[in-house]
Amino acid sequence: MYKIIEKYSLAPQIEFARIKAPMISKKAEPGQFLIVVACEKSERIPLTIADFDREEGSVSIVFQKMGKGTHKIADFKAGESFHAVLGPQGNPTEIEGEKNIVVIGGGIGVAPVYPIARKFHENGVHVTSIIGYRGKDFLFWDDKLAAVSNEMKITTNDGSVGHKGFVTDVLQQMIDNKEPIDRVIAIGPPIMMKAVADVTRPHGIATTVSLNSLMVCGMGMCGACRVTVGGEVKFTCMDGPEFDAHKVDFAELMQRLGMYKDLEKDAHDEYKGDSNE
Amino acid sequence: MSDRFTAIHMKEQPAEDRRKNFSEVPCGYTEEEAILEANRCLQCKNAPCIEGCPVAIDIRSFIGHLQKREFDKAINKIYEADILPCVTGRVCPQESQCQARCVLDKKGDAVSIGSLERYVADRDLDRRREALKDAPVDVSGKTKVAVIGSGPAGIACAADLNRYGYDVTIFEAFHKAGGVLTYGIPEFRLPKAIVDVEINSLVQTGVKLVPNALTGRSFTIDELMAEDYKAVFVGSGAGLPQFMNIPGENLNNVYSANEFLTRVNLMKAHRYPEYDTPVKHGKNCAVIGGGNVALDVARTAIRLGSEKVYLIYRRSQEEMPARHEEIRHALEEGMELLALTNPVAYHGDESGFLEKIECVKMELGEPDDSGRRRPIVKEGSNFFIEADVCVVSVGSTPNPLIAMTTPLLETTKWGTIKVDDNGMTTMPGVFAGGDIVTGAATVITAMGAGRTAAASMHEYIKKL
Ligand SMILES: Cc1cc2nc3c(=O)[nH]c(=O)nc-3n(C[C@H](O)[C@H](O)[C@H](O)COP(=O)(O)OP(=O)(O)OC[C@H]3O[C@@H](n4cnc5c(N)ncnc54)[C@H](O)[C@@H]3O)c2cc1C
Ligand SMILES: Cc1cc2nc3c(=O)[nH]c(=O)nc-3n(C[C@H](O)[C@H](O)[C@H](O)COP(=O)(O)OP(=O)(O)OC[C@H]3O[C@@H](n4cnc5c(N)ncnc54)[C@H](O)[C@@H]3O)c2cc1C
Ligand code: FES
Repeated sequence: MYKIIEKYSLAPQIEFARIKAPMISKKAEPGQFLIVVACEKSERIPLTIADFDREEGSVSIVFQKMGKGTHKIADFKAGESFHAVLGPQGNPTEIEGEKNIVVIGGGIGVAPVYPIARKFHENGVHVTSIIGYRGKDFLFWDDKLAAVSNEMKITTNDGSVGHKGFVTDVLQQMIDNKEPIDRVIAIGPPIMMKAVADVTRPHGIATTVSLNSLMVCGMGMCGACRVTVGGEVKFTCMDGPEFDAHKVDFAELMQRLGMYKDLEKDAHDEYKGDSNE
Repeated sequence: MSDRFTAIHMKEQPAEDRRKNFSEVPCGYTEEEAILEANRCLQCKNAPCIEGCPVAIDIRSFIGHLQKREFDKAINKIYEADILPCVTGRVCPQESQCQARCVLDKKGDAVSIGSLERYVADRDLDRRREALKDAPVDVSGKTKVAVIGSGPAGIACAADLNRYGYDVTIFEAFHKAGGVLTYGIPEFRLPKAIVDVEINSLVQTGVKLVPNALTGRSFTIDELMAEDYKAVFVGSGAGLPQFMNIPGENLNNVYSANEFLTRVNLMKAHRYPEYDTPVKHGKNCAVIGGGNVALDVARTAIRLGSEKVYLIYRRSQEEMPARHEEIRHALEEGMELLALTNPVAYHGDESGFLEKIECVKMELGEPDDSGRRRPIVKEGSNFFIEADVCVVSVGSTPNPLIAMTTPLLETTKWGTIKVDDNGMTTMPGVFAGGDIVTGAATVITAMGAGRTAAASMHEYIKKL
């Protein structure tokens, strides 16, 4: 059993949970993810390891309430237990001799970016963090990220905090100012990751993205998570989740994320209908 | 009525009914039917059937006991060689193994050995369910050994190691144990309640089961050995789905067989929305392949409600590797076989959903390495099949994760793990068996390999 030690809301629709999972925390590294099965009848939901504490034997997740699956996870309380948690899965983020790194988190993507930034920071790499939110009320973990960044830039869609606009505006500015960037690591909605790739491509700046494909098994036996990278089919769960952004077929990724749209809406409406009774 | 040369066939659910449910198709023998069928057995002195059995069940003796209604003796005879008879009685390809050697096969119907095995094994299920109520046996203080994977190879290996007196832990990557028996073979061929009894029986005898443990990520084999596991058995199967690398294969609603079957069998998508995982079956579902897996997919799609289910196979029906019974069942249930046909591309609509499959016609040429006639493309024969869902069922290979994370394990060029005659790998103390060694094969060979390895592990540990 995977007991929830702590659980609270970070921002509208965004939840935090810390889970007792000693075997996982022992091995967890930034960039890896978990598969969470809330209860016996639930889907297998992939969620990034947002933090881990080897001493306590815990791992943390930060997730956005999207459809039925994530709403169900959100309805669990501290003291209750999830049916299953698998991990750590996927390849950890590797430091490849960079001196200056830019990490970009969009919305929910701020959470997975945090342990990555921390790892680089601890290893003496100069970290610039660019994080984007919809508006002031949606901010979370900006303080945590600031503590492991040398520079920190916030953008909001409405300008209520920081720069008004997108993370790519700030990135473009850095490039225009000829600031040294050895690699960009971007995690967020696919459309944001694609935009980042488009900004860095002409300048040949190495760019890594963490893909959020649909998954079933999360362990390389089903192929639900297949993506095309550099013209080759890859399994996000085994070969990724991080890939070279300049080689990812984002159009296909986005298309595949829409595969169950019709059913997902029904399931969500029904679930929320039930719990409102 | 029955004569020596005519088999008593199990009653089956009529095709019209079973198309709409996931219940088992053959309903099992009554006692009288079983005895009548057993009495057809000639009890041949040399019992050629036994040679046809990959684990050499003493078929003659168990049927002999059955003829005398000695049911306990019959089942115990089977257990000597086969610890999963409820499973193998249902899924073994008997027509090409034991029954193919039956003397009666030359003059009429072979004795229905598989059906008799199932009958004897099912009779024992109630007793086994009752035994599950006892407290699990305490094995603390015994020598620790690890088993990776809970498919038939892992189950068999763990059961024997437990009997030899070890403290056995099975590490399984999925949240539910059973391997292909749980996520692959559908309910209508192998009820999951039976698999549950097999797993629970293991746990009751003291075997520990750790789910959600992905060897290679959660821990490595080297780490297990360092943690005082004296020997490790790898039974991780051949679960990596193969695709054909043709255009459009990543369109929405093109599945691998593993994904389609896992959604239904493991995640219970056929009971959506009671269970959360969805699956698309489509109005017209095409299945690519000709083995047991492809037929399981096709018959699942029929039950989920597809109006048309096509099986696209590149050779002719004769060459299909699937069990004959399954082909017959599927055709009765309305599956359309498009033999001598091969897909070359998938075409989708503007949102990226599959609309039609471009195929070519094939003809058979000279026999190839497998002895079957090689399929050759008929140039210019391209045509389209309307299908909104397609399930690619063209085989699977070993997942490389364990080999990748265990430096001392050597693999073949097919990715299977190398073992010696005793099932030991190139890493001392690490054994392997089942599909991870042979490539995709059968339940009974996997089970046999698990048992051979258990015996070798026992010998190995004694010498430490
Ligand atoms: C490796 C990996 C790591 C992830 N890490 C996180 C994380 O740390 N935090 C987090 O909140 N989410 C993360 N995700 C995404 C998360 O798994 C999905 O949001 C979740 O599965 C949605 O399930 P649901 O049942 O709630 O919604 P569904 O009912 O499945 O979908 C609701 C809506 O969300 C869209 N959607 C579904 N799946 C995804 C997806 N994978 N990405 C984007 N949109 C999707 C659907 O198209 C639909 O519009 C990760 C995904 C992967 C593959
Ligand atoms: C759809 C289908 C139908 C079939 N029909 C028949 C049939 O009718 N008759 C027949 O005889 N055979 C049939 N087979 C073949 C048969 O099921 C297999 O040959 C047999 O299950 C192999 O057993 P195994 O124990 O080697 O592997 P599996 O049954 O594949 O079990 C391997 C287990 O290891 C786990 N695992 C994998 N990697 C790891 C890891 N890194 N760490 C921990 N655990 C891991 C897997 O999750 C799985 O549970 C069928 C197969 C399929 C897919
Ligand atoms: S999610 Fe099943 S292979 Fe990646």
